[in-house]
Amino acid sequence: MNPRIRRLGIAFVLLYMLLFAQLNRVQFFGAERLQEDVNNTRGLIREFGRPRGPIVTADGVLLARSLPSDGSVDFVREYPEGDLYAHIVGYQSLNVAATGLERVYNDELAGLPVEQQFTSLGDLFADRDTTATLRLSIRHDVQTAARDALGERRGSVVALDPRTGEIIALWTYPSFDPNRLADPDGSAANAAHDELQSDPADPLLAKAYREIFFPGSTFKLVTAAAGIESGLIDAIGPVFAEREVYDPIPAGAPIRNFGGSTCGGDLVEILRVSCNVAFAEMGAEWVGPEGMVNAAESFGFNTTPNIDLPSPATSRFPVEFGERLADVDFYRGFEEGGDPSRSNGSVPIHEDSARLAQTAIGQNDVAATPLQMALVAAAIANGGVMMTPHVVVELVAADGSLYETIGSEISRIAMRTSTANTLADAMRVVANEGTARNLLVEGLDIGGKTGTAQIGTEPPKSHAWIVGFAGLPGEEPSLAFAVIVEATEGASEQTGGRVAAPIARSVVEAFFGIS
Amino acid sequence: MTVTGSAIEGVNANPLRDFRPRRVEAGLLVMVAATVGAAYGLASFGTSEAIPADLGPFLLWMFGLGLVVHLAVRRWASAADPVLVPVALLLNGLGYVVITRLDGGLAALQSTWTAVGVGGFVATLLVLPRARILESYRYLLGLVGLGLLMLPLVPGFGREINGARIWASVGPINFQPGEFAKLALAAFFAAYLVDSRELLRTRLELRDLAPIGAAWAISLGVMVLERDLGSSLLFFALFVVVLWVASERWIVLAFGGGLFVVGALLSWQLFDHVQTRVDIWLDPFADPKGDGYQIVEASFALADGGLSGTGLGHGEPGRIPFVETDFIFAAIGEELGMAGSAAVLMAFLILVGSGLRIALRASRIFDKLFALGLTTLVGVQAFVIIGGVLRVVPLTGITLPFVSYGGSSLVANYALLALLVRLSHEQRTAEMT
Repeated sequence: MNPRIRRLGIAFVLLYMLLFAQLNRVQFFGAERLQEDVNNTRGLIREFGRPRGPIVTADGVLLARSLPSDGSVDFVREYPEGDLYAHIVGYQSLNVAATGLERVYNDELAGLPVEQQFTSLGDLFADRDTTATLRLSIRHDVQTAARDALGERRGSVVALDPRTGEIIALWTYPSFDPNRLADPDGSAANAAHDELQSDPADPLLAKAYREIFFPGSTFKLVTAAAGIESGLIDAIGPVFAEREVYDPIPAGAPIRNFGGSTCGGDLVEILRVSCNVAFAEMGAEWVGPEGMVNAAESFGFNTTPNIDLPSPATSRFPVEFGERLADVDFYRGFEEGGDPSRSNGSVPIHEDSARLAQTAIGQNDVAATPLQMALVAAAIANGGVMMTPHVVVELVAADGSLYETIGSEISRIAMRTSTANTLADAMRVVANEGTARNLLVEGLDIGGKTGTAQIGTEPPKSHAWIVGFAGLPGEEPSLAFAVIVEATEGASEQTGGRVAAPIARSVVEAFFGIS
Repeated sequence: MTVTGSAIEGVNANPLRDFRPRRVEAGLLVMVAATVGAAYGLASFGTSEAIPADLGPFLLWMFGLGLVVHLAVRRWASAADPVLVPVALLLNGLGYVVITRLDGGLAALQSTWTAVGVGGFVATLLVLPRARILESYRYLLGLVGLGLLMLPLVPGFGREINGARIWASVGPINFQPGEFAKLALAAFFAAYLVDSRELLRTRLELRDLAPIGAAWAISLGVMVLERDLGSSLLFFALFVVVLWVASERWIVLAFGGGLFVVGALLSWQLFDHVQTRVDIWLDPFADPKGDGYQIVEASFALADGGLSGTGLGHGEPGRIPFVETDFIFAAIGEELGMAGSAAVLMAFLILVGSGLRIALRASRIFDKLFALGLTTLVGVQAFVIIGGVLRVVPLTGITLPFVSYGGSSLVANYALLALLVRLSHEQRTAEMT
């Protein structure tokens, strides 16, 4: 019998080795795959089992904090300011993936990075609160002003410091109450999420930096920059012919001014009145496809912006304008009453030059986020240097010491300093004497550019835009902004100045403490 | 000369007076107590961030129970293998720590059951000075075994809990008679085969395989009527293994294996709950929130544990349904990591090894087959439930011996341990004289 018993022993050893092999598979080799399985909520439960640091504005207003809970998880996140900061702070939810800063700074808020856990040798032995407080550059007074000024109109407001890239206000209406999604009762959070997701106004989407719109005439700033950088155009010349209609070459859809008006003149003048026909000509016949694409991309179009918020949208400028047909030595000025002292040289005409003329006035396939247009204004206000936009400026430890300071970084050189200065001066004229007069605030140095991107004719509807900058006289501008009011009634060149400019003015007044 | 000889050989002359194995056992028990005590403190620190107030009493209670077991062995089975008792107590202590960490109320009950189990251990050693006493009660034991097995089916006694009709109530006490039936049946099989072994070895006719058929039918009956897949498998494995070793014929294994396959296919065809078990074994992720939930959560728990574990009290084993009983292995794997789960595997392998060594060395056929049967019970039961948790075999709900929460299981396994200790003592005594 003994040989059988020995064989049985071998069989048992083999069976237990099989268990051990499977143990290796589950606990070691396959552990990562199991931990990342969609059904595995253990990581989330762990996250909710520990406190997170608070999030506060530059002026000390509490935006998010962890409160102990008796429910299914140990801590719940509370957002005292509700919908006002939902698109910046985001939410941390048991059932829905986190968004906003709660997502981007998850580890830091939870106190996980090694730098936060061990700041000194003593930390090896002491149990210390390692969570970080996020201090933002957002100012509560400016953010509140943006919300109040926009009111219940769909739209976005972005304001930032052009010198540093620090975002001062970032507001989109409609927004949502993140407290509903942070509900520890999973089914309540799910129901709230479903409801918000099925809302056609899409309140969950932070359109200020995650949705792209026709920029309309605000894009003329980019076209103007392209014109100046080409070396052919400056503040006083050429003088574009006074016209009602621009007929593209080769033949295409003619471009008119709003309300069928006639306009023309030098760069400052055509910016002041936002002259469509002159900018169409500038883009198509002076700058050409290569120069326009270069300028747009220098401003950050076609590149996902580097911002400390999740999933920013990429602003778009078309790059393909068809075959190069011919270099036409053609100058409308001579025939149509333009400036005979200037020449556009030899212009490469492409199959789609008619489309290029449309893009030059911010139509056709051009689309930009409100953040992108604020960055355009900021780059002009900052001597051509675009800073990397960000909302977080400091990570503060529980004892008040600093874990990290997020410094200013240059994002890109959008244009030459001289180009920026020329454009800034032109924008001052637009604010003082042109379409953006509603921006003006007594005692401040202000520049702006309006935009009205028509999106429908029956009834006439358009996105009303204003971009611009403001500063104390004699100092560099300290605020750049973009405001869009989506799909507003009416479509005239005045719409942007009438609808959007007053909102921007409220934001500027709040920033400079003028009431 | 004889007198001189025994004087020279000293204490070795009388194995009953040689306490060296007991000294080894005492040393091992101190190590077990230290390990379990430390784990208990850490688990409490992990869950409530405080050294438990009752750490002192707990250690005393544990030392006390260990001491009782040790003294009983010293008094009544002094030559027994010194490894059996410490390994079993380590498993019991580890299980108790995990149960405490999961559910304080269950832990209080489990400590009571442990005391009852230790009482059963001592009583078994006391009542059975020789294992062979059981041999003469073979048919009574067979009847008792069958009776216990069928008890849950008797109206008035039987109780169905969680889909399995494996409970019986006598007065205020609920218990699983199947846990005790397996001991009686192991004894009956061993005793029965002592007689028929010679016959089976020399000739093999179809009717000689009839007992396998009977055991198979009873196993199937248990599965169908009580819906207890695990026990059914356990009984059948017990019978086939003991018969195979006794008859020394491979055909027994082949025939048993064939019947197993037929039974498995039949029950898969006929019963939804068997099909479900097989489906979630093949792919638990097909229904991760429904039927597959338990296995899927257990896999997540083990994955979270990794090599070194989350630490006692720092995991989330409570998410697994029935984690205190069937799935306690997953809780150990999560909080103690692969280091802990592999240690549990090793502990069972050591128990199986010690048990088989007794069977190998025992001189009497009955002792051999009985030790073999008891060892098979522990080894197969641990394999079936750990394999179920790890998805090596389809899940069958049975307890992990000594580790899981459960009074019947714990008391029956302490009795089983006492029987192995008794057999070991007899075998070693016989060797030394």
